[in-house]
Amino acid sequence: MKDQIVVETEELTKKYGSKIAVNRLNLKIKEGEVFGFLGPNGAGKTTSLLMFLGLTEPTSGKVEVLGFNPARDPFRVKEKVGYLPENVGFYDDMDARQNLQYIARLNRIPDEVSEKRIDYWLEIVGLSKESTQKVGTYSKGMRQRLGIAEVLIKEPKLIFLDEPTIGLDPDGTNRMLDLIQSLSREKNITIFLSSHLLDQVQRICDRVGIMINGNLVAIGPIDELAKQKLGVDQEAYTLEEIYMKYFKEA
Amino acid sequence: MHGILTIFRKEMGDHFNSLRFILISALIVMVGVIITSMVGMAIKEEVKGMAKPTLLFLLLFTSTGKLFSFVQFIGFFGPLLGIFLGFDAINRERVSRTLSKLVSQPIFRDSIINAKFLSGVTVIGIILVATVLLISGLGIRLIGVVPGVEEVSRLVIYVIISLLYISFWLGISILFSVIFRSTATSALASLALWIFFSFFVGLGASVIADAVAPVSQTASGVDAEMLIKHEKIQRIISSFSPMVLYSDATTTILDPMRKTTRGLILMGPLERLSMSRFQNPLPLLESIFIVIPHLISIVAITFLCFGICYFVFMRQEIRTV
Ligand SMILES: Nc1ncnc2c1ncn2[C@@H]1O[C@H](COP(=O)(O)OP(=O)(O)OP(=O)(O)O)[C@@H](O)[C@H]1O
Ligand SMILES: [Mg+2]
Repeated sequence: MKDQIVVETEELTKKYGSKIAVNRLNLKIKEGEVFGFLGPNGAGKTTSLLMFLGLTEPTSGKVEVLGFNPARDPFRVKEKVGYLPENVGFYDDMDARQNLQYIARLNRIPDEVSEKRIDYWLEIVGLSKESTQKVGTYSKGMRQRLGIAEVLIKEPKLIFLDEPTIGLDPDGTNRMLDLIQSLSREKNITIFLSSHLLDQVQRICDRVGIMINGNLVAIGPIDELAKQKLGVDQEAYTLEEIYMKYFKEA
Repeated sequence: MHGILTIFRKEMGDHFNSLRFILISALIVMVGVIITSMVGMAIKEEVKGMAKPTLLFLLLFTSTGKLFSFVQFIGFFGPLLGIFLGFDAINRERVSRTLSKLVSQPIFRDSIINAKFLSGVTVIGIILVATVLLISGLGIRLIGVVPGVEEVSRLVIYVIISLLYISFWLGISILFSVIFRSTATSALASLALWIFFSFFVGLGASVIADAVAPVSQTASGVDAEMLIKHEKIQRIISSFSPMVLYSDATTTILDPMRKTTRGLILMGPLERLSMSRFQNPLPLLESIFIVIPHLISIVAITFLCFGICYFVFMRQEIRTV
C-alpha cells in the first residue's frame, strides 16, 4: 500500500478571467505522507485545494484524488477526504457535540457509531470538558481544534488542511502540529497542509512544495531542496532560507 | 436523499427554535383571531332569524368586517412570510463560514437548497393549516355553523393555493440569498420585488391601459367598447403579477358568487351576503377549472425561480473568504 499515489495532478490550471491563479500544476502525493504546501498570500494554495475537492472547476488540466476525478465524481472524493477550510465556521448556537453529529449524519454515519467517535475525537483534541458549551462561546484555538475533530469524524484517508495553525498561540500551535503528525504516524492518514508558516512546516512535513504566483517552483524533501538551492550539505539550514531564495528568484 | 433528510431535519429545528418563527406565527394567529371574532360576530348578527345562506362559513375568511378579511391579510402578509423564512437561507451559512464545510461533505449540492426550500414550505404549511383550523374552530363557536363538505374542500384548495403562492416567495428569497452575499441585501432585494409586484404592476397596468385605450366621459356616457378594451388590457398586464394571479384564484375558490375571476362591479360584503340568498354559487368543480391556469402559472414561476437558483448555486465557487 505504501507509495500509492493519492493525489495526482497534470498541468492543472485555474484562471479567473485573465488572472492565472494556478498555473500548470504537476503534483503527486503519496499515501501516508505529510505534504506541506507553501506560498505567500495569493499564491494559489486555496484555489488548488478547492480544485482537489471539486469545489471549483479547473480551467484545464487533470486532477485525480484517490483515483476519482473530483470535478466529475465529487461525491466519491468527499466521502473519503476531509477538508478543513481556512477560518472554519460552525453553527454557533449548537454545542460542539451537535456540530459534530450534524457532520457525521451528513456522512451517513449512524448515531451509535458517531457517538463514540465524537467522544474519542473530542478527547483527543482536548474539548471533552467544553463539549456541551455553545460553539459561539469558543475561543479561536478551540474552534480550530473542533475543526480538526470535525474533519476526522468521517475517518478520512486523506485530509486537506488550509492554514490549520493560523491564529493559534505557540502552545496551541505545537499541540496542533503534534496532533497532525500523530495522525499521519498512527493512523496512516495522508496529510496535505497549506501554510506560510515555514518553521512549522519544516517540523512536521516529509515533503514540501513551494508555490509562488500560481507556479509550483520547487517540490521535494526539505533537505534535498536545501542541497539544491543552498548548494551545501549543511545541518543548519532552515526552510526559511530556501523559501526566501525561491521567493527572490520568482 | 440522505443529505436532504439530514439538512431538512436540522433546518426544521432551526426554524422552530428561531425567534423569527415564533414572532411570525404569533402575529398571524393574533390577527386571525381578531379578524375572526369581529367578522364572526357581525355574521351572527346578520343572519339572525333568517335562513342560512349557502357557503356561509366561507364568509369567515372573506368578509372584510371593519378592517380586512383573513384572505386579504394572507394575500398581503403571505409573501412577507415566505421572504422572512428564506432571505438568509444560503448566505447565512456563507457568513458563518459553514457553507464551505457543508459543500465538502458527501452530499449533492442541490440537496442543500432543496432541503432549505422544503423545510420552509413545511413551516409555511404548518402555519397555514394551523391558522385555518384555529379560525374554523373559532368560527364554528361564534356563528354556530358547521362547514359542509364543499366548504371544507374549498378551504383545502385555498390552503394549497396559498402554500404554493407563499412558496413562490420563499423561492424568490432563497434565490436572492444565493445571489447576494449579505443577508441585508437579499432581504432588501426580496422586499423590493414584493413592492414592485404589489404596487407598481397594478399602477403600470392602468397607466398603459389608459394610454392604449383611453376611457373618456362623452356626452352619451362612457364608451362601452373602450371600457371593455381598457379593462382587458389592464387585466392582461396585471396577470403578470403573481399577486393578481393569487388573489384571482383565491376569490374564485372562496367567493364563488363571483362568476368570473374579475368583475367590473364591486360589491360590499353585505351586498354579497344578501345576494347569496338569491343566487347560486359557482359549483366547486367549475371554480377549480377556473383556477387551474392560475395555479399552473404560480407553479411555473416558482419552478422558474428555482431553476435559476440551481443554476447559480451549482456553478458558484464557495470559498470561505
Ligand atoms: N473568485 C475569484 N476571482 C478572481 N480572482 C480570484 C478569485 N479567487 C481567487 N482569486 C485570485 O487567485 C489567486 C490565488 O488565491 P488563493 O486564495 O488560492 O491564494 P492562497 O495561496 O490561498 O493565499 P492565502 O495564503 O492568502 O490564503 C489570488 O491572486 C486571488 O486574488
Ligand atoms: Mg488561502
